[in-house]
Amino acid sequence: MFMRSSTAALAALFFASTAPLAQAAEKPTDPQIAHIAYTADTIDIEAAKLAIKKSKNKEVVDFAKDMERDHEAVNKQALDLVKKLKVTPEDNDTSKALAKAAKEERAKLAKLKGADFDKAYIENEVAYHKQVNGALETLLIPSASNAELKSLLETGLKIFQGHEQHAEHVAGMLK
Amino acid sequence: MRPLLLAPALALALGASPALAATIEVTIDKLVFSPANVQAKVGDTIEWTNKDVLAHTATVKGGWDVMIPAKSTGKVTLKAAGAVDYFCRFHPNMKGHVEVAP
Repeated sequence: MFMRSSTAALAALFFASTAPLAQAAEKPTDPQIAHIAYTADTIDIEAAKLAIKKSKNKEVVDFAKDMERDHEAVNKQALDLVKKLKVTPEDNDTSKALAKAAKEERAKLAKLKGADFDKAYIENEVAYHKQVNGALETLLIPSASNAELKSLLETGLKIFQGHEQHAEHVAGMLK
Repeated sequence: MRPLLLAPALALALGASPALAATIEVTIDKLVFSPANVQAKVGDTIEWTNKDVLAHTATVKGGWDVMIPAKSTGKVTLKAAGAVDYFCRFHPNMKGHVEVAP
């Protein structure tokens, strides 16, 4: 129940904030895109850390460790690229909405225990990766003007799609 | 004299199979196995070279499970004939296929 509502809330926040950006005149700029990508990655690392700390389920902990490792590797690549391109990531409404929704989600997860936590964490991982993939495909990749940034986002999309399938697999095992 | 003559022949016969075994190279770049389809023989080795900054695996359901760390390699020696599909456990959207001849 709560998962559905929180996911819907996250979706509403995310899409409400990206909708204006989707208009041609307000396409996110490369510095904003870099900030959104970095924020999205960091959110998943924070969630993974919480799961590693709280979960007793080996599959869930292994999954969380995979997420932490991959997203840290992607973030390092992203930071190396913005440095090389001399781009300063710029905070924006989409990043703010993502961070706010993630903070609320973490607070909800922190109150859960055992199997309830595991299920809520994994279901949120499926939903979260789905949302980020949607944003990458429809907004961030098409808006990126620098070829290297676009290429990094395209690889990021493949990684996130892999994570979504991985999360779905773990969710299936928890049932 | 006879045993002396036999020894190299025996060594050759015993060594024949590994000597003919090939190593098949597969590259991983941006979450893609390339080539995605390979043909091999029993005794051959597949070696994956991972150019990504992410760890991957080459995993067959109910079969081999090879860890391929970031910027590193991993390998498996094929022991059974048959066609197998493999994937990466961390990114199940990565898929490959091996046909192993006897």
